[in-house]
Amino acid sequence: MAEPVIKVEQVHKWFGSHQALAGIDLSVMAGERIVVCGPSGSGKSTLVRCMNGLETMNAGKITVNQIDLAGGSAAVEQVRKSVGMVFQQFNLFPHLTVEENLCLAPTRSLGLSQANAQERARKYLERVHIPEQAGKFPLQLSGGQQQRVAIARALCMEPQIMLFDEPTSALDPEMIKEVLDVIAELAADGMTMVCVTHEMGLARAMADRIVFLDEGQIVEEAPPSEFFKAPKSDRTKQFLSRILQH
Amino acid sequence: MSWARQNLFSGWGNTLTTVLIGFVLVWALVPFLDWAVFSADWVGSKRVDCNTGGACWVYVIQRFDQFMYGFYPEAERWRVDVGAVLLMIALMLFFLPRVTGRLALVFLLLALPVGWILLTGQGLGLPAVETRLWGGMMLTVVLTVAGLALAFPVAILLALGRRSSLPVVRISCTAFIELWRGVPLITVLFMASVMLPLFLPDGASVDKLLRALIGVSLFAGAYLAEVIRGGLQAIPRGQYEAAAALGLGYWKTMIYVILPQALRHVIPGLINTVIALFKDTTLVLIIGMFDFLGIIQASLNDQEWLGLAAEGYVFAALVYWSICFGLSRLSINVEQRSGVYRG
Amino acid sequence: MVAVAVVIAGAVWLFGNTLDNLANRGIASGFSFLKSTAGFGISTSLIDFSEASSIGRAFWVGLLNTLLVSAISVVLATILGFAIGIARFSKNWLLGRVATVYVETLRNIPLLLQIFFWYFAVLRALPGPRQSYDLAGWFFLNNRGFYIPKLEIIDGGGWVLLGAVVMAFLAFWQCRHKGISRSCAGLAVLLFISLLAVGSVSVPALTGFNFTGGTVLSPELVALVIALSSYTAAFIAEIVRAGVQSVPRGQIEAADALSLPDKDRMRFVVIPQALRVIVPLLTNQYLNLTKNSSLAAAIAFPDLVSVFAGTVLNITGQAIEIIGITMAVYLTISLTIAFSMNIFNRTTAMRGLSS
Ligand SMILES: Nc1ncnc2c1ncn2[C@@H]1O[C@H](COP(=O)(O)OP(=O)(O)OP(=O)(O)O)[C@@H](O)[C@H]1O
Ligand SMILES: [Mg+2]
Repeated sequence: MAEPVIKVEQVHKWFGSHQALAGIDLSVMAGERIVVCGPSGSGKSTLVRCMNGLETMNAGKITVNQIDLAGGSAAVEQVRKSVGMVFQQFNLFPHLTVEENLCLAPTRSLGLSQANAQERARKYLERVHIPEQAGKFPLQLSGGQQQRVAIARALCMEPQIMLFDEPTSALDPEMIKEVLDVIAELAADGMTMVCVTHEMGLARAMADRIVFLDEGQIVEEAPPSEFFKAPKSDRTKQFLSRILQH
Repeated sequence: MSWARQNLFSGWGNTLTTVLIGFVLVWALVPFLDWAVFSADWVGSKRVDCNTGGACWVYVIQRFDQFMYGFYPEAERWRVDVGAVLLMIALMLFFLPRVTGRLALVFLLLALPVGWILLTGQGLGLPAVETRLWGGMMLTVVLTVAGLALAFPVAILLALGRRSSLPVVRISCTAFIELWRGVPLITVLFMASVMLPLFLPDGASVDKLLRALIGVSLFAGAYLAEVIRGGLQAIPRGQYEAAAALGLGYWKTMIYVILPQALRHVIPGLINTVIALFKDTTLVLIIGMFDFLGIIQASLNDQEWLGLAAEGYVFAALVYWSICFGLSRLSINVEQRSGVYRG
Repeated sequence: MVAVAVVIAGAVWLFGNTLDNLANRGIASGFSFLKSTAGFGISTSLIDFSEASSIGRAFWVGLLNTLLVSAISVVLATILGFAIGIARFSKNWLLGRVATVYVETLRNIPLLLQIFFWYFAVLRALPGPRQSYDLAGWFFLNNRGFYIPKLEIIDGGGWVLLGAVVMAFLAFWQCRHKGISRSCAGLAVLLFISLLAVGSVSVPALTGFNFTGGTVLSPELVALVIALSSYTAAFIAEIVRAGVQSVPRGQIEAADALSLPDKDRMRFVVIPQALRVIVPLLTNQYLNLTKNSSLAAAIAFPDLVSVFAGTVLNITGQAIEIIGITMAVYLTISLTIAFSMNIFNRTTAMRGLSS
């Protein structure tokens, strides 16, 4: 049997006296698409942020491609090169143009030449359908465009795995679709991804597995068909009834 | 142990930095401490009592009174002490939790003239002490406190003027503020000490200290005005409108509604201005006055105590540092307590 | 109306007093004193000056010295200040502490005291030329000053150099746009060769009781530069710290998620955005430094205040004109710095931040 690309074992995380993660076990196989959902404050962001070392855990173990994230800064850096991340607030670098945003990490961290990096940038901007915006500054773009640039920026590192933390939550309704489409296309291309989202349409369409988190624990873990039709736990049912009302 | 590994020795670059800095610290601090403390001379009364090769603190101890009081007659120095106590009480009142600001202000407004009369001796039947005898830390404090006391009303008027709706007032206040902020204090002091006498009728003379004070307070007033203006800008429009709705006129609105709030906002900024002014008073030595630094500098040329520049400067630095650092902590403290500047 | 009348009456009264006083003391007025002979020498001067030169020329000597001290100190203070400000965020605990102690010590001690310390307790207390501190055989430090090598250029060589500099500058702009590093390097080499062709380096050397060759920076200049730049650096470090802290956490997390190395994260992500906060405050520090350079008067370094508002004022007694000119010069410098930093702010620091 193949090794999972991400393996989370008994991870605990405290913020002061507040426990954000309480013993999480999760494996992600290559090519798998996982959607993480759950009520606000349940620890979804904390979980994905632990997966690329933005948050350090207090107990447990996470390995990405067999590299232990607890293995010091060199290990973390190696993991981050193969894991892309997209944030709720985009976090584009406002003082750099779109193209510079895309080229910064490939040149500085992968050692690509400027010309190669620019070529890559063009390629991924096309992939997110905004090749014409390369020369603009982030604040001159709409929210949906900014988030697509953020996705392209992560893709420029040609990561093996993509993490999304509520990529559409900060967007106006009319822009959500353009971002969801890009994510769905990536999924269709076979990218391994872990996506925190409340967009149940997206979950249904692309997820191999849905993970439901509450109070820092995995309450339910099932393929979408099962998850939506026959949720096992009451908490899941409650959550689904609230979120699917509209 | 694990703390040290994480913060000092993680990775070879980090370790190298630690070792390098540690080496420099030891290399610099050990001889300094040896000089300043372990092989220093503390007892004696003459230059020859300093023979160990370390710092000669005998000189500072011998001169201590002069560094504090300047040439103020020895028999009258109690007046300086009383003045200092008055000032301390006034300042403490401001920061005692149970005393209202108004009471503290009234006390301060009384203490200032009383202190001045006490020091000069005019009108109390005490022997008069000419200001040219004032010196040392006492003069430094007088310059700072009196300079501020004179600057404060000027600053409030300038700050209000800069926000006035009358163009003439606004432009002239702005120009006045920017003029003093654009030139070095030393030129202001030169101006006050050389030009001021030219403006006055023949025969009338202004005391040198007073001239310096005028220069200092014009200069400090401009900086204070900008600090206060910052506070005024932070007051929401609603406050003005509420006051207007209550039928208060401009001055009443300012005095009872706006200024009390604005000044509370800018206490940290005010303290920082006080620190800057306290350090800046050293410049009066260039126009021939003997403030704390001035009197130490002058004593370095004393034939009996030659070659003690390091001791003099280290002592002066220690005193200035303690006071300025103390004030800066106070400012941070106020800032955190009021919470105005957070968020 | 009454107020205006009082102000005018007051002005007239002061003006009358002043005229009387000037007449009584036999002080001339007007600016003709600028043309008269100085009759005093100046120790440090960037342009030729002797006792026979005019007072107007003494003014320029002082002004140039002020600008020289300020320019050197601004550069040093900026470098030191940024280094210390960034060091306060170091992962190394010791380095962070040392940086904090530096800032808290230097900014709480009066600048004048620091100038005195460096001048009287350090530089003047150095050994004589024969026991100089020798740095690599090129630099020498003793109680006469700091001896450094000097670039000597043959006649007409200046034009060659100027041409080379202009070409290198143009090439630099080209490189920035096109990223051709080879032509850039080529021009640097060209510049270097032309330097070798027209210039030679004169190294100071001890001959007898003193040094010849090279050039010497006076102890006054050195003390002033050290004090001004180390003092201002403490304030700049605080500003840099505030600027860095103003950069949102998300920016740092994004850089981390992209596995940008720490130093690149600082250089390409944090600092450029911190500049938005830093630049206006930095402008203030540059202005303060320039104004503080007038403390030169206290150790008799011939800056503008020392030469003009000091020596010249003593000789001519024309206080009003001299103080007026001096203040006007500082105001001009202040406005110029504020203006050019404004431009820098608009074109560089605010890049991409105003849509
Ligand atoms: N840096 C932090 N310091 C203290 N508490 C934190 C921090 N980050 C998160 N928490 C707390 O940990 C818990 C889990 O947070 P997390 O951000 O993972 O929730 P979430 O499921 O992503 O919620 P949301 O849907 O609102 O984004 C929350 O209660 C939050 O308040
Ligand atoms: Mg979240």
